[in-house]
Amino acid sequence: MNVIEMNQVTKVFGKHHALDGLDLEVKSGEVFGFIGPNGAGKSTAIRVLLGMLRATNGSATIFGKDVWRDAVEIHRRIAYVPGDVNLWPQLTGGELIDLFASLQGQINERKRDELLARFQLDPTKKCRTYSKGNRQKVALVAAFASDAELFLLDEPTSGLDPLMENIFQQCVAEVKAEGKTVLLSSHILSEVEKLCDRVGIIRQGRLIECGTLDELRHLTRMRLTVETRVPIESLASWQGVHEVLPTENGWAFQADADEMEAIMRKLSEHGIQKIESASPTLEDLFMQHYEEAVESRNS
Amino acid sequence: MMMGKFAGTLRLSRFIVRQDRWRYVWWLFGIVAMTLLVPPALDSLYPTQQDRDMMAATMENPVMTAMVGPADLTHYTLGVMVAHQMLLMTGIAVAIMNILLMVRHTRAEEEEGQAEFLRSLPIARNSQLTASILVLLAVNVVMAMLISVGLFSLSFDSMDLRGSLIYGAGLGAIGLFFAGVTAVCAQLSESSRGTVGLSFTVMIVSYLVRAGTEEFPPFGWLAQVQPYSENNMLPVIFLIIGSLLLFILAIVLHAKRDLGSGFLPSRGGRAHASIFLRNPLGLAWRLEKTAFISWSIGMVVLGLSYGSVLGDLEKFFQSNEIFASMIVADENSSLAAQFLPMLMAVLAFISTIPALLAVHKLAGEERKSRLDIVLGRAVSRVNLLATYIVLALFTSLVMLSFSALGLWLASTASMDEPFAFRTVWQASIVHFPAVAVMIAISACLIGVAQRATGFIWLYLFYGFLTLYLGGLFQFPEWMEKLSPFGYVSKLPIEEMNWLYAGGLLAVAAVLFVVGFNRYNNRDIQG
Repeated sequence: MNVIEMNQVTKVFGKHHALDGLDLEVKSGEVFGFIGPNGAGKSTAIRVLLGMLRATNGSATIFGKDVWRDAVEIHRRIAYVPGDVNLWPQLTGGELIDLFASLQGQINERKRDELLARFQLDPTKKCRTYSKGNRQKVALVAAFASDAELFLLDEPTSGLDPLMENIFQQCVAEVKAEGKTVLLSSHILSEVEKLCDRVGIIRQGRLIECGTLDELRHLTRMRLTVETRVPIESLASWQGVHEVLPTENGWAFQADADEMEAIMRKLSEHGIQKIESASPTLEDLFMQHYEEAVESRNS
Repeated sequence: MMMGKFAGTLRLSRFIVRQDRWRYVWWLFGIVAMTLLVPPALDSLYPTQQDRDMMAATMENPVMTAMVGPADLTHYTLGVMVAHQMLLMTGIAVAIMNILLMVRHTRAEEEEGQAEFLRSLPIARNSQLTASILVLLAVNVVMAMLISVGLFSLSFDSMDLRGSLIYGAGLGAIGLFFAGVTAVCAQLSESSRGTVGLSFTVMIVSYLVRAGTEEFPPFGWLAQVQPYSENNMLPVIFLIIGSLLLFILAIVLHAKRDLGSGFLPSRGGRAHASIFLRNPLGLAWRLEKTAFISWSIGMVVLGLSYGSVLGDLEKFFQSNEIFASMIVADENSSLAAQFLPMLMAVLAFISTIPALLAVHKLAGEERKSRLDIVLGRAVSRVNLLATYIVLALFTSLVMLSFSALGLWLASTASMDEPFAFRTVWQASIVHFPAVAVMIAISACLIGVAQRATGFIWLYLFYGFLTLYLGGLFQFPEWMEKLSPFGYVSKLPIEEMNWLYAGGLLAVAAVLFVVGFNRYNNRDIQG
C-alpha cells in the first residue's frame, strides 16, 4: 500500500516550474530517501504534501486522502520537521513541544522526557537563546514524541553535530521498527544510504531515478582497478568506460553496468593479473546524475 | 596604572562613532526638531497673553499636573508654556534615545560575540564600557548645546539665554542619567533585551511615581528645573552627579563579572506549556500579550488626558476659534456633551491601531516562516485566521472601553457636572462596528494579498482626516461616507442609528467570509 502518492504534480511560481511533473510513491513502512541539490524542488514537494502549497496540476494524496482538501485530517496522523525551524523567541522549548503535541492530539509524556534526555535539550530555555541545532531538536523531539504514522522530515539534521545525528538515526530506525513510514529529504548522502530502503533523486522538479540502492547501482557504474600483463593502450576510448586514471601498475576506472560483459572480455585479452571492484556509493550515483545534468546543460 | 585600565578607550570611542554616526545624527535631528518646532506652533495657536492664560486655566487640574508636571501658571508666558508642556515629554524621548544607544555597544555586543573578539585585542577590559560612556557623554553634550542655541535663536521675548541654556542642560542631564541607568542594567541583566526592559521599567516607574511625589528622581528633578521661570540649576547638577555615580557603579560592577554573565541570573522558563498554551488562541495570546497590556495602559492614559480638559471646555473654546469651528453649536446640550463625540472618535481611531496590529500579526507570522509548523499540525486555516480575528475584535472592545474609562475618570475630577460612565462608554463603543469593518478589510487583505496589508493604514488615516478635519476644511459629506467611521452615530448628541450599525456589521461579516475563503485557497509562504 502506498502512503504517499504524487502523480504528475506541477507547481508553477510565476514562470518558474518548481515541480515539473513529479511522480512519487512512498510505501507503507518504508524509509524513503529524497535527495537532490538545493533548488531541485524537495521542499516544494514536501510543502505541497503538507497542504501549504496548492499544486498547479496533478494529484497528491497521503493515506489515500487529498493533501489539499483533507489537510487537517491528514495532519492528525503525520509529524513534520522543517529544515529551517523558526520558533517564537519568547517561548521555551518545553512549552513549544507541549503546544505542538496538543495541536496534534495527545502527548506521550514518558516518550517526551526520554527524547529530551537523549537529545540533551534543556526545555526551560527561551527559543531566542537556542542555536540552529537546538531549534531543530525542539522540532525533532516534538515529532518523535508524537504517535504519528508518517514522518515528513525536510533536511532535519542540517544543524546537528555528529553525536546528535547518530541519535536522530536511532530514532528513525525505531519508528521504522514500529512499522511507521518516513520520507527523509536530505543532502547528507551517507545518512540516506544508512537509513533508507528506497531512494529517489529529484532534479529540476522531476524524479529522475527511483529505487532501492541495489537497483540504482545496477543502473550505474562499478569502480574497477586492474593490473594486466599486456599494457592496455586505449582504455579511455572503450565503450562504457569513464574517468580513467593511471595507477602504479595499471588503471582505475568506472564501468557502465550494461557494458560490463564486453569490457571484461576485452580486459581478459590483456591477461588480468589483479582486479578489484567496488560498488558505487550513493555519492557516486548522485554525482553521476548531477554531472549528466551539467553536461546536458553545457551542450 | 590608570592608562592600563582604560587602554584603547579613545580608539574604541572613535570606532563606535564610526559605526553609529548616522544613528546619532537622526536621533539628534529628531529630538532637536521636535523641540524647536513647538514654540512657533504654540505661538501661533495662542498669540496673546490672554490666550495663554486661558490655556493655563485648563492646565490647572491634578490630572494635567500629574502628566506634565508643575509650572508657574500665573505667569504663563510662551517660554513657561513650552517648558511646561514639552520638557518632561522630551525628557522621555531623550531617555529612550540613551537607553537604546547605550545598550548597543555594551550588552548587545557582548551577547552577539563581537565583545569577545574585541577583547582579544590589546585593550583594557573596561574599555568598551568606558568608550560607550564617553560617546554618549558627547552625544548628550552636543544635544544640549543644539537645543539651547536653537531655542534662544528662535528669539521669542520670553525665552532668554539663561532659560534656554538650562532647558538644554536639563535634557542633557536626564539623558546622561539614563545612559548611566542603562550602563548599570547592562551589568545586571544577561541579555540586551533584558537590559532594555529593565531600563525602560526604571524610566516608566520613575515617571509614574513622580506624578504622585514631585521630588522623585530623575523625572521629578527635571520637572523642578522649570526653565524660563524658576531656572533651577540645582536639580540639573543633582542629575549630573547622579549619572556620574551610576557610571562609576557600572564600571565597578563590570570589573567584577565574567564576560557574558550578569548579576541577575536569567531565570529558566517553564519546562511545560500551561493549560492556556494548548491551542492556537493560547499561542496567539502569548504572542500579543505584552503589546495588548501596553496599549491598554496607553489608552487609559490618553483617555485621562482628553478627559482632563473637558471641565474647562467653555474657556477653551472661547479662546480658540479653530477648535470652535470644528463642532456644531447646539443650544440643547452642553458644550462638553457636544465635544464628546469628537474626542471619542479620535480615541476610537487610535484604538483601531492595536486591533489591526493584532490581526496583522498573522501576516507577520507567515513572513517569519512560522506558519508551517502550526498548520502542519491538525490546525485548519479557518481556525487560525478566526483566532486572530477574534483576538482583534476583543482587542478593539477592550481598547474602546479603556479609553472611555480613562476619559470618564478624568472628567469626574475636572467637570462640575460629570458624565455618567454609561454615557461615555456608549459614545466610545458605538465605534465598534466601524472598527470591525476595518479588521474585516485587514482579514480580506491577508486572504487575498498578504503583501498589501499596509493599505489599511492609509484607509484608516483617510477616515481620520475626513472626520476630524472634515468640519474644519468643509469637506463634502460623501467623502466622510467612504470610510466606515462616517456611519458612526455621534452619541450622546445624536440618536443611535441602528440601521447604520447593523449595516456595518453586515459588511464586516461579508468581508470576513471573503477573507476566509481566499485564505483557504492560497499558498502559504514558506
